Amino acid sequence: MLTFNVDWSGEFFAFFLLAVCAIAGAVLAVNFTKVVHTALSMAFTFVSLAGLFILLRAEFVAFVQVLLYVGAVTILMIFGIMMTKHQDEGKEAGRPLQETLAAIGCLCLFGILFYAIRSAGFPAPADPLPGDNTMAIGKELYTGYAIPFELVSVLLTVAFVGAVALAKREEAEES
Amino acid sequence: MSMLASYLTLAAVLFCIGLYGVLTKRNAVVVLLSIELMLNAVNLNLIAFSRYGIAPSLKGQVFALFSMTVAAAEAAVGIAVLIALYRNRATVNVDEFDELRR
Repeated sequence: MLTFNVDWSGEFFAFFLLAVCAIAGAVLAVNFTKVVHTALSMAFTFVSLAGLFILLRAEFVAFVQVLLYVGAVTILMIFGIMMTKHQDEGKEAGRPLQETLAAIGCLCLFGILFYAIRSAGFPAPADPLPGDNTMAIGKELYTGYAIPFELVSVLLTVAFVGAVALAKREEAEES
Repeated sequence: MSMLASYLTLAAVLFCIGLYGVLTKRNAVVVLLSIELMLNAVNLNLIAFSRYGIAPSLKGQVFALFSMTVAAAEAAVGIAVLIALYRNRATVNVDEFDELRR
């Protein structure tokens, strides 16, 4: 069952390269002690995932990924790092027991997932998705998914107003 | 090993790394970034199934777009809560955010 023979086509080679970049970025992000290095390494992972999305013929989602994750979320995290103090990072004593338990749990979860993926038989797709499907996504989004689209925009508005209200400095008022 | 299984394995690896970061890191910003990594692994699964699944269609990509939007809202609210907490406690260590436990 566990066969690793793959045909080294160009697509698989590109996938392998981007996957190595993504995993390396994630592992480095978890291992860095400085928070800014973690944020930049995570941005590298997000860019690699955008490349994987292009490989999967999801160009629009890839550009949204670059705009939203690399452009917005990482910058937001860097602003969060700027506004908080990180002088004493890496100085506190580690918690070897908890870290070992977390590592064992994550490895067990990965083992279960890997076994499930390997033992599931995926039939070949009927007809592969054509590339350059941005227009089709737009049509789908504004016809079949109009109500979820509006709900998501309401959710975004509510979340951002809530974020502003939460982060605003409270005036000293008695109430 | 088909391409779909490769993508699913990559997503599982990223999800487990993100879970490890959430469970072990004590800096709240790093915890939020690890949550973003886990959400991104889920998006990779959705898009891989939309291309290599039994019935390839655009619905997976539309679903991934919605998921990204919710992730952006979550990051914004998370950073706002973090800044409000930092203003009150002057720390970003998640071990010291234990007001509800006392």
